[in-house]
Order: sequence, then structure tokens, then C-alpha cells
Amino acid sequence: MMGMSRIVKTMTGIAFPLAMIYGLYIIAHGHLTPGGGFQGGAVVASACAMILVAYGSVWTIGKVKEKQLSILESLGAIGFIGLAFFGLLFGAKIFFDNFLVNQNTLPMFNEIGKGVMNINTAGLLPFMNFAVGLKVIAGLFAIVLVMAYATRKGGITE
Amino acid sequence: MTARDVVAIAFFALIAIFLIFAALMTHPFGELDDDYTPDMDDYIIQNARNETGADNTVTSVVFDYRGFDTLGEATVLFTAVAGVILIFRRLKK
Repeated sequence: MMGMSRIVKTMTGIAFPLAMIYGLYIIAHGHLTPGGGFQGGAVVASACAMILVAYGSVWTIGKVKEKQLSILESLGAIGFIGLAFFGLLFGAKIFFDNFLVNQNTLPMFNEIGKGVMNINTAGLLPFMNFAVGLKVIAGLFAIVLVMAYATRKGGITE
Repeated sequence: MTARDVVAIAFFALIAIFLIFAALMTHPFGELDDDYTPDMDDYIIQNARNETGADNTVTSVVFDYRGFDTLGEATVLFTAVAGVILIFRRLKK
């Protein structure tokens, strides 16, 4: 796959930032509006797959290696489990304890949501959303990228 | 008709009968059981906002009350990615 026509590439360049902003908004506002790490990560990975379709897998794998995506996905997984384990150090000493809410561990995030614009609420949930979002973005894009590159013209048999 | 076909037809009939009875015995939509007590639902709906601080109650359930379940989901995704990369890396060259 050597990419599609110039028209498709131009339109992808216009649509890619919008899809990116939308997906990152869904991840960042996961504790306020519908959505979260999984859903927003799927949107961002779809935007990256659009780049992959428009520009071709050979061009894309020159920009992003699958090893980098694997490292990002592992970072997301380790961050998620690490945030879960932090509950054992603070607060009620249970797994998946939301130790930032209703306690004075970190007073900036010690707030109850008052509306959809208060993004510094919900304690640990935004960080977990970011970790899961990073994991889903890197994971889904790694799947699509590796499959597209392996099934390129002359990729399997020759 | 070979023995293989007979076994296949028998399994198909068994699973079909099981699925039909399962469909007939499903719970009617929107009706409650006699011994249903909505303790868990009411507790989460009333206390989720004060306990987790999140306006989105679904997120507070997914990442806080049922965080262990989300860990399992993330593990499923991780396993899928690892399997796909493992298989397709051999096809690269």
C-alpha cells in the first residue's frame, strides 16, 4: 500500500486534528461527560488508522515503530496498576482505593464535582482515564499498524 | 451419512434446544423479580457523587467501584495486542 490520492491525503490532514481533539477531549473529560479512557482511546486510534489508510503502511511505519507503541501501551498498563496499588499506601488500604477524594493527600484534587466544567474533581479517576486511554490508543494503533504492514504488497509470501 | 455427521447433527440439535429454552425462560424486560432488593443500585446512585467526586456515575462505577473488572478488560486488550504482534512479526520479512 503506497497511500491514496492527493485529495484523500489533504482531507485526512484536515480531519485528523479534529478527530484527535475530540478523542482527547473524551479521555480528559471521562469523569464529567459520557465516555472515558476506552471510548476516547478508540476515537484517537481511529484517527491514527485514518492516517495509516491515507498515507500507506510503509510511510507510517517509517514514522512510528511498533516497538514504541508497545512501550507506550506497557506504560499505560503499568500506570493503571500502579495507581491501583497506590491505594494500598494511602487511605483505606484497599486495592483500587480512590485515595485523593475526601482526604488531604493532594488538596488540589480533593473536590466533589459541582458541574461539568470542574475538571480537577474525582480524585484518581482522571489519571486512571489517562492511563487506560494511553493503553487503548497505543494498543489499537499497534494492532492496525502491524497488520497493515504485514499484509502490504509483497509482504507475506516474498 | 457418516458418524461425524451424526455427531454434528446431535450437537446442533442439543445446542438449538438449549438456546430455544433459554430464550423462552428469559426474564421479562422491565419487570422485577419477587426477591429483588435494589440495595446495590440505590447505594451507588445515592453515594457515588460524594464518595468518588465524579459527576459521571458510570465512570465512578467502572474505575472505582468495579476497578478490578476494568483491570481485567485492560488485560484482555493487552493480551490481544501481544498476540497480534507475535503472529504478524513473523510475516514481516
